[in-house]
Amino acid sequence: MNTNIETATENTAATTPAVSAGEYLTFVLGEEEYGIDILKVQEIRGYDAVTQIANTPEFIKGVVNLRGKIVPIVDLRIKFHLGNVEYNEFTVVIILNLNGRVVGIVVDGVSDVMELKEDQLRDVPSLVTNIDTKYLTGLATVEEQMLILVDIEKLMSSEEMELIDTAVH
Amino acid sequence: MTVDMSQFYEVFFDESEELLAEAEHLLLGLDVDDPDMEDLNAIFRAAHSIKGGAATFGFKDMAEVTHVLENLLDRIRKGEMALTTEHVDAFLAAKDVLKMELDGHRLDEDVDEAQVAEVQATLKSLAETGGVEIKAAPVAEEPAKEAPAEAEETKAEETEQAAAAEPEKTETTAATETTDDGPKTFNIALPEVSDKDLSNLKDELALLGDVTTSQDANGKHVIHLKTDDSTESDIVSICSFIVDTDAMTITLAGAETSENTESAAKATSAAQESEQDPGYGFFDDDTASEGAAAQPEQAQPAAPKANAEKNSSDAGKVKVVGEVGYGLFADGEKDAKEEGYGFFAPFKPHPDAAQEQLIGDDTKPTPENSGEAAKAAETKTETEGKPAEAAKPEKERRKQTRRANDKAASAETTSIRVGVEKVDSLINLVGELVITQAMIEQQVNQLDPGVFERLINSVGQLTRNTRELQESVMSIRMMPMDFAFSRFPRMVRDLAGKLGKKIELVTEGAATELDKGLIEKIVDPLTHLVRNSVDHGIENPEDRKKAGKPESGTLTLSASHKGGSIVIEVTDDGKGLDRDKILAKAQSNGLAVSENMSDSDVFALIFAPGFSTAEQVTDVSGRGVGMDVVKRNITSMGGSVEIRSALGFGTTISISLPLTLAILDGMSVALGHSQYVVPLNLIVETVQPTAEDIKTVTGEGHMVHVRGEYLPIISLQRLFNQSTDVTDPTQGVLVLIEAEGKKSALFVDRLVGEQQVVIKSLETNFKKIAGISGATIMGDGSVALILDVPAIINMGQTTNYVTGGAAFTQAPAPVTNDIVNA
Repeated sequence: MNTNIETATENTAATTPAVSAGEYLTFVLGEEEYGIDILKVQEIRGYDAVTQIANTPEFIKGVVNLRGKIVPIVDLRIKFHLGNVEYNEFTVVIILNLNGRVVGIVVDGVSDVMELKEDQLRDVPSLVTNIDTKYLTGLATVEEQMLILVDIEKLMSSEEMELIDTAVH
Repeated sequence: MTVDMSQFYEVFFDESEELLAEAEHLLLGLDVDDPDMEDLNAIFRAAHSIKGGAATFGFKDMAEVTHVLENLLDRIRKGEMALTTEHVDAFLAAKDVLKMELDGHRLDEDVDEAQVAEVQATLKSLAETGGVEIKAAPVAEEPAKEAPAEAEETKAEETEQAAAAEPEKTETTAATETTDDGPKTFNIALPEVSDKDLSNLKDELALLGDVTTSQDANGKHVIHLKTDDSTESDIVSICSFIVDTDAMTITLAGAETSENTESAAKATSAAQESEQDPGYGFFDDDTASEGAAAQPEQAQPAAPKANAEKNSSDAGKVKVVGEVGYGLFADGEKDAKEEGYGFFAPFKPHPDAAQEQLIGDDTKPTPENSGEAAKAAETKTETEGKPAEAAKPEKERRKQTRRANDKAASAETTSIRVGVEKVDSLINLVGELVITQAMIEQQVNQLDPGVFERLINSVGQLTRNTRELQESVMSIRMMPMDFAFSRFPRMVRDLAGKLGKKIELVTEGAATELDKGLIEKIVDPLTHLVRNSVDHGIENPEDRKKAGKPESGTLTLSASHKGGSIVIEVTDDGKGLDRDKILAKAQSNGLAVSENMSDSDVFALIFAPGFSTAEQVTDVSGRGVGMDVVKRNITSMGGSVEIRSALGFGTTISISLPLTLAILDGMSVALGHSQYVVPLNLIVETVQPTAEDIKTVTGEGHMVHVRGEYLPIISLQRLFNQSTDVTDPTQGVLVLIEAEGKKSALFVDRLVGEQQVVIKSLETNFKKIAGISGATIMGDGSVALILDVPAIINMGQTTNYVTGGAAFTQAPAPVTNDIVNA
């Protein structure tokens, strides 16, 4: 039920830019493990009450007050159709700072910060998934676990996340 | 310790810009027939400060212009010349040139040399024409005074008057003087002053008459002023800029002569002993005269002494001559000095710095100044290492004038310059503080008042303090619209003069406060609109007469808060826009138009790019020039433009800008578990309707009947798809909102309360949401959304599914029935 990876037969252009080695923050969504560039992470905090915003997609939970800044919160579990979406004291929000824009993502849990070497990285094969594979930069194997590396900045600024006014610029 | 001078450039640029703006403001307010002395002085001071700064930093061109300007101003303020409109025009032109030069240095913009030369020539010729009819003495004085190496010049004067080239520190000169002739001689005993102050004082006093100085045994300076008609109070008022007048004693010469001579003799010997350099070297003569013991290391300057010696034949006059690194700006080669004073060593002149020209040279060739000129020439030959030297007295001057300015400014406003980002972070921090404080308050309020009385009182105090703190911090970023409006009187005056029109500019709401960033951005579009109104809106006096209007047109600039926006309007009572001609032009331009378009739609056509070249359409000629740019600029600020016009009666262009960072008086309303903020000034009233008040059209369009008006009901819960228990307007509250001339009734659960909120942009980290103009942080730290009332009214009218009526018909049966049956 939670598989978002299916083998693709059609011509999904799996553009896989070279994955760069470096430090990654890994987190869990359902039964999958994801990794994002640690340098994009501003802080990690618990899930607070959000202010809902009308007429936005379901995965945009709303906005919170982060020390005076109004920050939108996206639930990646909803967006990726993964995991049981419930909010309890263990629900974690990763606050990302993407080129000055601050966005929070709700995940099931943060696992680790790990350094990945070039030889651990693999390209993403052509797939049909819930998100465009162009936002996936690669796969890595860590202790038999597959780690999905996401270009979180590209993903969050993409049109499908509906976080940014695309019409204006 | 060395200081990089370039870091002060910015300060100088800012300061100059402010001074220029102030001078312009004063010039425009000047009554030519009866100029206010204070204003003239203030203008003079401004010019003077700029000159000082420019010379210090080596901006030769600016120093030159201010120099001639100052010459002329000085004559006028001393009453040697009557102020005429030509003068004012010339001053304004000079201000423009200075601004241009300033920008040239600051932003590397092009400087129109021809214009500079022209303005200088105008100023000079004005100064000359006026000079003829004036008594000789002051005329001769001025060029000397104004010359850049002022200290030297002052001394040159002294020498002229005290025939012999005596070391001026000796009282003997003064003694001779006092017995001289008719004019009074004042002896002014000064408190301890630095040399720069002394030289400043001498410069200033030279305005009254001839000046010499001496030093008594205690190392205190005495100035001898020979004057025809000045009084003690004149002296005091001049000195008050520089020294503490209470510590100063002024005596009419004669009484003290013998004493003076005596002390002077001592002084002379002291002076000779140390070969001290009287007027210069900033500190070394203090050292010498007040006892080298105080600051032994300052006694080091071998170089100055050598110099003084070298020039000893020139008496007190030009001792600094050739002394490149004197005083503040010790040059690399003067290592010995540098140890002693090197505060700013080594000074690197700005790339544009004058390398050799003596500022003020230009005074030399004028015929009236010929006597002076010879002297100046002499001075010049003697003065070699001028840049640094010039810089030094200028620096002194600058300090002095700053002091003078401070005095003048104290009556008005004083300000400090702070980076915007600092202010912003302060605002955020205070915001946090307010929230934390609110949390504490909530906790404390649950405590037993009997037991925790003192804690509760303290927290109450904290609440008040925080609120005040927040208010004052908030006001920092806000600036009155006057900052934008203040430049227009000048522009309108110039334009009107050029076009032969009579225009009266009226500004309203100049005190309306707007975020500084927005004020800066609005200036350009506003300038364009004003220019258009003057150029194309307001007719010639003859045409106006024919049309039965007063000859003088009125241009009104106004600013006001409307809802969450600030509305800035440019209104003229000119000929207005010709709808038919615009339509015709639009058609020929291939724009899709129809006769049925509303006026505002037709007028909006002039914003279309390409329409701007509508030269042939006489009535609107030029109206469109750059209007597309205006529109684009305003849109990029998140604002909108609207044109109202009546042919023959005038045009109003209304710019509506959002307040990005502003406090909003809002009404919090509750809807389910959420709170929303409605801008208070868009609320007409709130009503709790009875069932009879709710009307429908075809069973759908729900309206409320209030005070004879039928207003559409917009259900916020439908608009925002939010569940709530209150589904019947009679159970909830209708907030009557008005924007852009349209009224609607917003149906919410209940009112929570009125409060000031800080508008925070949603777009910083998120995007624009329809119906929401921003967000704010409530006392408990939660986020509340601010409703975009105009958008909601439009949504209610255009999008059927969110209107109250449509929502109820589509809503589940119970709700519909409730309402329809109601």
